[in-house]
Amino acid sequence: MENLGILRILTCGSVDNGKSTLVGRLLFDSNNVQDDQLASLENDSRKYGTRGKEFDFALLLDGLESERQQGITIDVSYRYFSTSRRRFIVADCPGHEQYARNMATGASNSSLALIVLDAKAGPNEQIWRHLTICHLMGIEHVVFAANKIDLVGFSAEHFGRVRTELMDRAQALGFKTIYALPICAVSCNNVVRWDEKLDWHQGPCLLSYLEGIDTQAGAGAAAGLRLPVQFVSRPNSDFRGYAGTISAGFARVGQALSVVPTTAKTRIARIFRGDVAVDEASEGDAVMICVTDDVDISRGFVLLSPDDGPTVSDHIAADIIWFSDKPFLPHRQYLIQCGHQLHRAWGTNVKYRLDVQTQEWLTSKQLGKNEIGHCHISCSHPLIFDPFDQNRNSGGFILIDRETSETMGCGLIRYSLRRSTNVAAQSLSVSPQDHARIRGHRACCVWFTGLSGAGKSTIANLLEYQLNKAGVHTSLLDGDNLRLGINRDLGFTEADRVENIRRLSAIARLMVDPGLIVIVAAISPFEADRQAARSLFSESEFFEVFVDTPLDVCESRDAKGLYKRARAGLIPNFTGITAPYERPQSADLVLSQGALGNLRAW
Amino acid sequence: MIAFRDRIAARHGLDLLVYTNQAGAEAGMSPLVHGSFSYTDVMKTQALRQALDLYKFDAAIGGARRDEEKSRAKERIFSVRNRAHGWDPKLQRPELWRAFNSRLSDGQSMRVFHLSNWTELDVWEYILAEEIEVVDLYFARSRPTVLRDGAIIMLDDERLSLREDEVALARNVRFRTLGCYPLTAAIESGAASIEDIVAEVRTSRLSERQGRMIDRDEASSMERKKREGYF
Repeated sequence: MENLGILRILTCGSVDNGKSTLVGRLLFDSNNVQDDQLASLENDSRKYGTRGKEFDFALLLDGLESERQQGITIDVSYRYFSTSRRRFIVADCPGHEQYARNMATGASNSSLALIVLDAKAGPNEQIWRHLTICHLMGIEHVVFAANKIDLVGFSAEHFGRVRTELMDRAQALGFKTIYALPICAVSCNNVVRWDEKLDWHQGPCLLSYLEGIDTQAGAGAAAGLRLPVQFVSRPNSDFRGYAGTISAGFARVGQALSVVPTTAKTRIARIFRGDVAVDEASEGDAVMICVTDDVDISRGFVLLSPDDGPTVSDHIAADIIWFSDKPFLPHRQYLIQCGHQLHRAWGTNVKYRLDVQTQEWLTSKQLGKNEIGHCHISCSHPLIFDPFDQNRNSGGFILIDRETSETMGCGLIRYSLRRSTNVAAQSLSVSPQDHARIRGHRACCVWFTGLSGAGKSTIANLLEYQLNKAGVHTSLLDGDNLRLGINRDLGFTEADRVENIRRLSAIARLMVDPGLIVIVAAISPFEADRQAARSLFSESEFFEVFVDTPLDVCESRDAKGLYKRARAGLIPNFTGITAPYERPQSADLVLSQGALGNLRAW
Repeated sequence: MIAFRDRIAARHGLDLLVYTNQAGAEAGMSPLVHGSFSYTDVMKTQALRQALDLYKFDAAIGGARRDEEKSRAKERIFSVRNRAHGWDPKLQRPELWRAFNSRLSDGQSMRVFHLSNWTELDVWEYILAEEIEVVDLYFARSRPTVLRDGAIIMLDDERLSLREDEVALARNVRFRTLGCYPLTAAIESGAASIEDIVAEVRTSRLSERQGRMIDRDEASSMERKKREGYF
């Protein structure tokens, strides 16, 4: 077998283009479908098939019950097959609307994209979307299979036109190799062998092409070592080893090492693969390394060759593909996972959103599901990375929701933003204890949340009055008042509310520092933002008070006449009517009706 | 199989926890009496869920591979299970590069299938290369067997009683995959060494799980079982 290595292929294309049929055909005609699977296929074809009495090869791949019943593919499916020349792993992706997450997943570990389109209809918006994502995700090799060529009478002319359009687009994006060929999956023309009906086509049949393409040619042969530390092994006091999978370059015993993010230098003393000591290891090997010096190394650090450093920064520019139903909003806190590093992160802004049809970047304030955007991200700790184009493993990251642990989106780091790296925190001489001593009490933030007209401002005002009478130093930040001043530029869209709460909580923090008891009264309808506010304070410094007045009561009071106007459709984004309010799950105090008495006791 | 398991656990000094669904055992659950569907539901799926709840494990590592079966072909390497241990295809997280989101919320737990991208042949070639000891049942030997419902079932002990017209025959058989007894059919084979097995797997016209009767309990059998909390 030629040593070209396993080829990981991503197959995609819009629904009804026959992609599943093509892959099924590839498996079947290369003798990779076993007899019992064939028997099942026969049964299934009769029950669910769309090809009358013949085998419906798409059913080899549509594995989930719900898929078979609906006749579509929902999730990425992995198939493994081999010919005498090469082994293949196929990540077969669904082609319908919910495509971005599955395409990104399938593309992340693939080196070639096989895009199936309908020869008669030609390329459409879905094809361009898939092509764009493939390119974005770092796939360098693409094959266009113009399927159902029989429906245009095997016409060379027609194919020629389609081919030109495809090549133009693909070349403009910048793939390393592009190949377009005509096929008919159903009758297996030009799929696994040359076909006389298509003898006008210059080029190998699909399987031959896939068997022969070299995706490693010109790959970073001179790449320096990158070993992200996954695990520190310390079974006893005599041994300390650092384990991980080499993501680039070579490791040799005796080699000089730099440790990032500290600036320590050391050398490799020993290398283990499994329990066997070796002299060297390379990209893709899972190893345990011992070093010659006693340096501090933890999970998330990266060991590398000294001259060839990755970037370390806590503020980055990245392209993001968003998967979740909940939009990506600047200043929402997520978790970023890059390699083995896991930190808090938030978008500082969305610069542009990519229109996949026109390849234009449009301005946008947020990203929705399946949207691609160029964003700036800030992290709670410096991130160690390489630009995604240089190394997919150290330049790619995922964003995780802190509450649900859902993977919300993925990102490709483009470069570091130098903005904050030249600014370091100044240490201050006067501590919170010093402030508290003068004032005679400790500081904290009391955060009132609830619907408009619930009574937050009233209760907050009363609270401040009582505290002031008792000699306590306070400040009251009323959401409405701040919207007349510093928050004047903000409206009530979700993105603006996030920013509103960010500023409110930042100001509250600044006032708690010199020892004030800060009372905040703001609708603050989103749990994520209330949690973000809470995260600025220690546990004993923050109290969330939920003024739980039901909507109908607020509405019947309607002190400012807003509910009436909202109901008349005059106010969009009005909490409770045209915008949501997320009830607090973990408020420190809940005030229900008639709770003013409670307040005095407290 | 049990003897092999205990021997390996002892050799490596492992803390082996063995759990049985007591209620099922006391009710005398048997695939021969109650049918394979009920039996595996009670003694495998329910038992697994009970054990996971008892020990409050965050993750269970299994050897399932994507090439084994249709619903497994779609499985993640880190597969999230909900509070009831169920597999919801809509809950599954996208897995990109080597970034595995192993965070858990809300009573979730994890099934981890690190061999996802290994094929059956990969596994046997690895066993050969690393000289790993395996259960004797994988090797062809002359064993007492009976042909029942088109499958070759090995006669192991008194759990299986012969039907009227059945005749016990010594056949040269081995097991390509090991499931429960007697829910796994044997295959006629002469492969008595790992090298033989590798050669046989390479050229086989039948898939690995072909002898696993539970896959034929109903359509989309494995998918259903996963939704209910199986691996």
